[in-house]
Amino acid sequence: MIQTQTSTQPSVKKRRQLSDRAIMLLFIMPTMIILVLMNIYPLFYSLYLSFTEYSVIGREAPKWVGFANYIEILTDERFWSNFAITGRYAIISVALQMLIGFGLALLLRDKFRGSGIVTTLILVPMMLSPVVVGLFWRLMFHPSQGIVNYMLGFTNPNTSPQWLESPVLSMWAVIIVDVWMWSPFVMLLALAGLSAIPEYLYEAASIDRASAWFQFRRITLPQVMPLLLIAVLFRTIEAIKQFDLVMGITGGAPSVETISVRLYREAFNEFDTGLSSAFAYIVLIIIIGISNIYIRQLNKARGD
Amino acid sequence: MKKILALLVTLVLTSPAFAQVDEITIWWAEWDPANYLQQIGNDYEAATGIKVNVVQEPWGSFLNKVSAEWAAQGSGFDMVVGDSQWLGQAVTEGHYVDMTDFLTSTGIKDTVTEATLRYYAEYDGRLYAYPTEGDANGWAYRKDLFENPDEMAAFQERYGYELAVPQTWAQLRDIAEFFTRPDEGLYGNAIYTQVDYDGITMGFQNVFFSYGADWADETNNVLGVVNSPEAVAALELYKELYSFAPPGLNNAFFAESNDAFINGQVAMAMNYFAFFPALANPEINPHAENTGYFAMPAGPDGERYAALGGQGISINSYIDDTRKQAAYDFIEWFAQEDIQLRWAQLGGYTCNTNVLSSPEFLEVAPFNAAFAETMTFVKDFWNIPVYGQLLEPVQRNVHNFVVGGQGTAQEAMDNIANEHDEVLVEAGVINE
Repeated sequence: MIQTQTSTQPSVKKRRQLSDRAIMLLFIMPTMIILVLMNIYPLFYSLYLSFTEYSVIGREAPKWVGFANYIEILTDERFWSNFAITGRYAIISVALQMLIGFGLALLLRDKFRGSGIVTTLILVPMMLSPVVVGLFWRLMFHPSQGIVNYMLGFTNPNTSPQWLESPVLSMWAVIIVDVWMWSPFVMLLALAGLSAIPEYLYEAASIDRASAWFQFRRITLPQVMPLLLIAVLFRTIEAIKQFDLVMGITGGAPSVETISVRLYREAFNEFDTGLSSAFAYIVLIIIIGISNIYIRQLNKARGD
Repeated sequence: MKKILALLVTLVLTSPAFAQVDEITIWWAEWDPANYLQQIGNDYEAATGIKVNVVQEPWGSFLNKVSAEWAAQGSGFDMVVGDSQWLGQAVTEGHYVDMTDFLTSTGIKDTVTEATLRYYAEYDGRLYAYPTEGDANGWAYRKDLFENPDEMAAFQERYGYELAVPQTWAQLRDIAEFFTRPDEGLYGNAIYTQVDYDGITMGFQNVFFSYGADWADETNNVLGVVNSPEAVAALELYKELYSFAPPGLNNAFFAESNDAFINGQVAMAMNYFAFFPALANPEINPHAENTGYFAMPAGPDGERYAALGGQGISINSYIDDTRKQAAYDFIEWFAQEDIQLRWAQLGGYTCNTNVLSSPEFLEVAPFNAAFAETMTFVKDFWNIPVYGQLLEPVQRNVHNFVVGGQGTAQEAMDNIANEHDEVLVEAGVINE
């Protein structure tokens, strides 16, 4: 017995010797290992690949080509067309989402009977899968069987708008669906901002006989602005990465070929891994650049 | 000493080189013919005791899955039923076993039609596949409309010739125009317009080749060939056919084409023969009893071509010799005429010349006669390793013109010719 006790003592002591730092590392390490293997390593490996001529399905090793892939992308008219399409889409879509989302938030700001249910119902679109949304909107945009043209009063499929055929309308079709899906997200953030505005500010303004417009401009808007800017940031990043809706609704028609659709085609249709890695890095740099601009504005709005 | 000897013998006998193959694996896309191949595999197991596993992967990820295996030089499959367009890459990168000697010495080479051997198996004069599932584009049509006396009289009066199965693209265009009656919810035809993979290119190629156009001349030159007057005329006709299609077919491939026909929206529908069994099934198609089938019509100079679908079965070069032999044995068994007839009766599209012309095959399904006729004039897109880069400009420019209505046919073909020239120069196929 005595022997047993003495033999177990060192191990107990050893276990007790584990420092807080060691325990912390033990907990963090699995996550760190997964992060390094699944994120950090691929990130740097794809950076290396972006400077090579390489196809993932080929048997040839990556061949170093320096900045050739970046030069090819930046001097190719079609890539610029993809950037222009994405830019146009992002600006219009995010602007409409901000207007509609903020408008809805103002309408739902004051509680009324059933306002909880109405708010929940408005949030439903953003809970759906983008692929499912894209597919059922494609059916709704169908010129002869879709409900969109019917609701607009067009019953003759030959004279009704060809939403997914016309290069102009197909862009609007994707924008409409994106706005339908994500305006509720803006509304949610705006509602959070509106509910945080102290009531006494409005009371003081009313005593001073400030008009409703003045109150909106000088109290509501500045108070909600930080949250609206966060919404703009998130939605812009998402719009730049837009892929699911475009593929679901139009199948990636040339008139709505966003940079993500083009990236997918370069990477998985043509298997040009080197070029697509370079393209992905250009998109990443654009997103980081835009995010920085927004974050600066956000800090300014917060008065930092 | 005895123990050591016994151990050595056991080790040798259980080593991969001496291992008995009791199971072979075939990868194919997820669709009905793969189920038929599994049934053929079950017959093979009953005959030889060797189990055949046909592993199916959705079409959308099939190439990705096979490519990943190639890149890893893996032995996940013994054979793959691969697309004809993969040949160039698979051969130049060494993924497929050269089957020339095997197919020649066994005589299997001579059992299949020349066109299928050329497009499913041949690359640089060598053979790398056994043509397994022949397929190409054809047409389904509504016999009740074509044989209606009132319709026939009206057509005769309007166009000056009899309403019948079109023999030329010009006739097909007239018939499509004739049956386009939006007020009745009826349209002339359903054609391929799908933009994401190869749909619109495959559909357009039927007209393109028949008009005497081609993707390159004998020296692989494309400038002045791809954008020849014949190619431009073919594209203009394809756009015209699109104007006789029901609204909403702006991104249509095989599913949408069949749907339009089943819904009674169109008088004619273009599709791969592999998808015609659905149209012959009364439980799916209410017009099944009145559905006829015909092969591609001829161009202005009488040339007839059909865009090729279908696949050949190839052997993975990364499996060991024992498994390669097992794969050869399976193909040799599968290529026998009676097995090919069984394959055809199950619903597979055989490429065997004798079976294709046999009464058993021609009568087993209403579209088989048109299929057998088509298999003599199939033609394919490029199958060199850069085919993906060559396909994309065709998809984009043809879709832009036909569906998007942008630019002219001449501009579209000029763009394709210039982009193809760049790709081919960069790939070293032609000189600058």
